[in-house]
Amino acid sequence: MNAAAETRPRAAARASAGEATSKQRMTLDEHVVEIMSDSGEGAQKCGQSFGSIAARMGNGVWTVEIIPAEIQPPARSIAGASGNRIRIGAQRVTNGGDEADLAIAFNEQVLLGRVNAGELKPDCIILLESVWAESPDPKIVLQYTETRDRLLADGYRLHEVPMESECRKLVSDPRKGKNMFVLGMLCNLYDLDMDLARDQIAFIFGKKADKVIKSNVALLEAGYAWAERNLDFGFLVPAQRATEPQLVINGNTAIALGVLASGMDICAMYPITPATSASHYLSDVFERAGGIVHQAEDEIAACAFAIGASYAGKVAVTITSGPGYSLKQEAIGLAVMAEIPLVVVDVQRGGPSTGQPTKAEQSDLLTVMFGSHGDAPKVVMAASSIEDCFYSMITARRIAETFNVVVVVLSDASLATAQQPFPRPQFSEDWLAPPIDQNPVPDGARPYDWDPITGLSRRFVPGQPNGMHTLTGLAHDRSSRVAYDPETNEQGMHARSLKLAALQRMLAPPQVFGDGEGDLLVVGWGSTKGAIEESVVRLRREGHRIGSLHLTFLQPMPGGIKEILQRFRQVVAVEGNWSDRPEDPLIDATNRRYSALAMLLRARYLVDVDCWTETRGRPIKPGSICAELRKRLAREEFRR
Amino acid sequence: MSTASTRLQYLTGEHRALEDYQGGLPRWCKGCGDNAILAALQRLCRDEGLKPENTVFVSGIGCSSRLPHYMRTYGFHGIHGRAFPIAQGIKMARPDLHVFVNTGDGDCCSIGTAHWIHAIRYNMNMTVLLHDNHIYGLTKKQASPTSPLGTKSNTTPRGSYLDALSPLTVTLGIQNVSFVAQAVDWIPESLYQIVQAAFRHRGLSFVRVLQRCPEFVGNMFEPWVHDAQRMLMLTHPDGVQLSPALQKIYRNQLVHDPANINRAREIGSSDDPIPVGIMYRNPAVPRYEDLRRAGMLRTTDAIRGSLEAEFDKFTVWP
Repeated sequence: MNAAAETRPRAAARASAGEATSKQRMTLDEHVVEIMSDSGEGAQKCGQSFGSIAARMGNGVWTVEIIPAEIQPPARSIAGASGNRIRIGAQRVTNGGDEADLAIAFNEQVLLGRVNAGELKPDCIILLESVWAESPDPKIVLQYTETRDRLLADGYRLHEVPMESECRKLVSDPRKGKNMFVLGMLCNLYDLDMDLARDQIAFIFGKKADKVIKSNVALLEAGYAWAERNLDFGFLVPAQRATEPQLVINGNTAIALGVLASGMDICAMYPITPATSASHYLSDVFERAGGIVHQAEDEIAACAFAIGASYAGKVAVTITSGPGYSLKQEAIGLAVMAEIPLVVVDVQRGGPSTGQPTKAEQSDLLTVMFGSHGDAPKVVMAASSIEDCFYSMITARRIAETFNVVVVVLSDASLATAQQPFPRPQFSEDWLAPPIDQNPVPDGARPYDWDPITGLSRRFVPGQPNGMHTLTGLAHDRSSRVAYDPETNEQGMHARSLKLAALQRMLAPPQVFGDGEGDLLVVGWGSTKGAIEESVVRLRREGHRIGSLHLTFLQPMPGGIKEILQRFRQVVAVEGNWSDRPEDPLIDATNRRYSALAMLLRARYLVDVDCWTETRGRPIKPGSICAELRKRLAREEFRR
Repeated sequence: MSTASTRLQYLTGEHRALEDYQGGLPRWCKGCGDNAILAALQRLCRDEGLKPENTVFVSGIGCSSRLPHYMRTYGFHGIHGRAFPIAQGIKMARPDLHVFVNTGDGDCCSIGTAHWIHAIRYNMNMTVLLHDNHIYGLTKKQASPTSPLGTKSNTTPRGSYLDALSPLTVTLGIQNVSFVAQAVDWIPESLYQIVQAAFRHRGLSFVRVLQRCPEFVGNMFEPWVHDAQRMLMLTHPDGVQLSPALQKIYRNQLVHDPANINRAREIGSSDDPIPVGIMYRNPAVPRYEDLRRAGMLRTTDAIRGSLEAEFDKFTVWP
């Protein structure tokens, strides 16, 4: 791309608004920026705005929230870091990327949290609020100066920024508004269009008075001017404006919009992190289109409510996270047994138990596949991008309805709060659920007339004359009568299992990304897709013959997978769940606990699938995957 | 009984007989009080002219919860303790359906307690029958929350340890309660009257039916069955009135205004004499489905319109 040509319209926009920049700028393919503050100081708003402006300009963007577990953690605490990580790129960005190139912190403690977690590059540029150096509390002054000196000694390119005193020139309470000053600095450092930044401020404060907008715009401009005068460096990440409209939303909003677009009428939920924001958003928009979000008294009730609603009409959805999913398991078994269509969303978090509520993990796969009790076949899909979160809901609703099955859609904390532009969906009436069937049931038809080949039967909905029957979680015959005889019990088991095979026959074989055959195949599912594919791109550039296979359907798995696995000399599953480390003294090939997907693939295809996993509560970085895969590619036994 | 609606059914040729509401042959034990509840409900369906296809009986797990299998309507025999949320989902999706809940003292007052409390608060229009026999039957005789202190059972061989929970006073203590009544299986005429009043109430009507379990606690209600004076019959122009026959047998009567909740709580706390009748009724309590579905219009255009409006909010380019 011609970067020089790209800057021209921006300069024009700036000139019209009075900003001027005369900096030498380094042109970059991408940069990762982190903005951190105490909770409530607005770093998240700042980061999201930065991402939105860059996206509007046509940069590839991926933003991830940095969320403390508490609502109001103590100020200036390492665990209290709240903010945003934004990766901007010249091309489309599919994941959060590697360690940060530039970090902005409102105090040195929140910064330390990120330094200690290894989230910053060794030569990261740091812009640190300097007000703490003049604190009346000598302890704070000491903490600040010690940290500053240590970071400088460690090689970070640290700049002290008098954010508070600069903001105080414009507002009386700099705690509110410092974030917009920082946004202005960022606009200067990355040469972003200030008119778009002013639009963004008008958008986020849209419901407030003009005065508020004006004051924030003033802070924005002050930040821009300060950075122009005092920071002698700047960057340019060339942008390419999209030719079609793009949506910028996070994974949970995408799920909520998917629910709306699927034509489902009822979402029943109980608050749980990190799933709840999907229901927040849905509560806001659903009712305008005639839908209902029911906040039930508990997770079990939410699931049972959704089952009741599904039974009586259109497919309903319940949205939860791991611990809530566990509570729903008995009810999910009922839906499986009685063949009531149901969509369950599990936005996974760290577990087990309360685990890490705000952090990403992919540890629920086996639970959702094999959970409930008895033999409970259900469909499991995993969304692998923000866009996928949206379309998964439409697909899930349709499968649930066609096959009278429970469909579990897996997302996780890293998709839930991440934002990435994707093409605006074109509405289609096919997305919507058909109206509730109220036609009389023909004489002789039975509620479980299982087809011997597909296991499918037509469900009768209350209101249909002649279809009266009592649906039950007990073993039952084709007429839904309780049946304890061995033959009937196996007929039901058989039919419920066959439905997955019937669906499997309709699934397209998955596509390999990168090399179609070669030395190493990475397999994955869910939110790791972007990072895995980026790793494949990087390693292929290094000359390796490597591909990746990302599964949307985990149960049933589409055809053709075994053949793909066999085309590579080694296969490695990369996932965000625990797997035993082969180097541990007690671990060997006979007792190693493999990662979830590796275990499934080994069991199903008799292929020696290895695994590498992380449960560090954050999205897996492409750099970490590359480093691990390089080691494996270098192993003697796999050398050609 | 000939109501306006039944007369209309005769005219439209839609009248149904009791048999039209009878499903599978009941498989409860001989003398089980559940049979009386089933008979009252089948009669109610016939007299109210309920279309079988528009009627759903929802239950949890336990002896009581087998009831839907014995109706020839739609039925949903769910899981232990969760009949309420299933019924709520049905009612929310389809307010046009007549929804009944059959639950037992273990199902409602033990494993499903959270749902019971909240069901009262939601006050959705449904008729709830608590089949209260003071014992777990299907799992073979364990003490339930409503077992009187000292009840001998397989889990309490030397007698139960705790005072019984009172489903009536608990229900009467919950915000948004709108209908609470008590009936007994051994006075079928009054049971029917109460079930009918419950059905006709708009909101959640909670009817506790004291019900005999001859198999496991055969003597539980014997003193009351044999001594009409130990029954306290509630009457009121706004409640139920006793037939002359019943008046002769049950002379211990009390005029109680179902609008008086404080008095209802006093009466509801008595287990001897056993009060029978409508304790509380308040038709003005809003129903959750009405609150939530007000103005609900679910059309393709509405969905498309709101979807596009949301897309507009988040569209960055062009």
